[in-house]
Amino acid sequence: MNHLNLAYAATWLIHIAYLAYLAVKFAPLKREIEELRKK
Amino acid sequence: MSTLFRVTRATLAKDLRLEWRSKDAFNAMLFFALLVVVIFSFSFEPTAEEARRIAGGLIWVAVLFSTIVALNQAWARELRHQVLDAYRVSPAPANALFLGKTVGNFLFVLAVELLMAPLFIVFYNLRALGPSHQMLYVLALGTWALVVNGTFFAAISLRTRSREVMLPLILFPISIPAVLAMVSATTTILTGEGSARLALTFLAVYDVVFTTVSLLLFESVLHAE
Amino acid sequence: MKSPLPILALLTGALLSFGLYQARVAAPTEQTMGDIQRIFYYHVPSAWVAFLCFTANVLFSIHYLVRRSAKVDALAVSTAEVGVVFCTVVLVTGPLWAKPVWGIWWTWDARLTSTLVLWLIYVSYLVLRRFSTGSQKPVLAAVLAVFGFVDVIFVYMSIRWFRTQHPQPVIGGGEGSGIHPDMLFALLANFAAFLAFALLVVWVRYRLERIRHSLDEFHALAAVRAPEEARSR
Repeated sequence: MNHLNLAYAATWLIHIAYLAYLAVKFAPLKREIEELRKK
Repeated sequence: MSTLFRVTRATLAKDLRLEWRSKDAFNAMLFFALLVVVIFSFSFEPTAEEARRIAGGLIWVAVLFSTIVALNQAWARELRHQVLDAYRVSPAPANALFLGKTVGNFLFVLAVELLMAPLFIVFYNLRALGPSHQMLYVLALGTWALVVNGTFFAAISLRTRSREVMLPLILFPISIPAVLAMVSATTTILTGEGSARLALTFLAVYDVVFTTVSLLLFESVLHAE
Repeated sequence: MKSPLPILALLTGALLSFGLYQARVAAPTEQTMGDIQRIFYYHVPSAWVAFLCFTANVLFSIHYLVRRSAKVDALAVSTAEVGVVFCTVVLVTGPLWAKPVWGIWWTWDARLTSTLVLWLIYVSYLVLRRFSTGSQKPVLAAVLAVFGFVDVIFVYMSIRWFRTQHPQPVIGGGEGSGIHPDMLFALLANFAAFLAFALLVVWVRYRLERIRHSLDEFHALAAVRAPEEARSR
């Protein structure tokens, strides 16, 4: 893989990694809200 | 204004007196600095010419490490005896506490440097080709640069977990310009090439700016629960 | 309540796709560097977006020190995180571009070093927030942001003045040398796309932070009320 494609791929990997991190970190919050809504 | 001066002097006197009695921090710093000097001397075997070029960097790395050791327990005494709480409720200006602490740390680090310097000169067979009296200005301005930010960030990292790691982590990026200037000035003085005036002016400006910022913001940090 | 999020996400996706097309296909190939120069269309806009995020963070931090608003603090942490993400992109794409073109991964020139220091400062900002105990964490973080901002200015100057032994490769060939209008268009298109993306992510992160804050408040209140409920039974 040449440097150009590597650079573009790395850019998107970094952005996707951050979004995945957000999804994982804040998933418990959504669950909590659902549980509270039921009560 | 006179209250500020009086309280600062009182804080400083208290710290100096306490430290003089136990010499805990001072001995730790001195020993650590000694270790660093010896280890560096072991690792590098420069010629006289090389020594003049790299000694600047080595000296200030040694000072930086020693300063961190000193700063890590700069506020420890205050924490142990709830002095900070007492200070928060007292009418004494927060800046007086900060200045007293900073000047105290400054004197400690300076003392260690003055004890370390002859060792460096001996181990590296250093002889300054430039105006060696300027080294005093470099020592004074450079040490203040490290200590003023260090004391401030030591106070910030008080309320964090792994505070011994937090302090160098926050302090290092902030100190980079000062360290660059110090090393440049020291190398210029040792090699005698060029003038250290730009670096010294830069350090002076850096000191003024960051001392001001610290004084402006210390109150917020002190009252942060 | 309809959330505008899906539409904005779609729009941003379209902009990013357009930007990608511009960068890889539409923009003309550079004479001296060749195709590798196309990294420029991702590297430079990311740098601009990162600086904008960090500037926003400093403004929010100062605002917080004056007004102590939880919303402003949420904005501060959001812009800091997104800024670090974009800054990481800059620091990764930079060396990937530099190596084939100038034969070196890195050099300690003013711009690169300032970017690295900026990244270090904001990583330490995020670590401080993570490791801070106590309720005044936003204050401490805001203070650090102000220090960091002042510092980066000094870093830039100090490298310019105290590190001139080694020959400095001129990086960022687009400036000053008269950039081709098609290249400029591709650059601006990607800047618009990444800016939209950054705004979107900052907004999502801000909402998440506010939700967490509300939940924490809810639990705190519930803990206070619970003893009363037990008594009334």
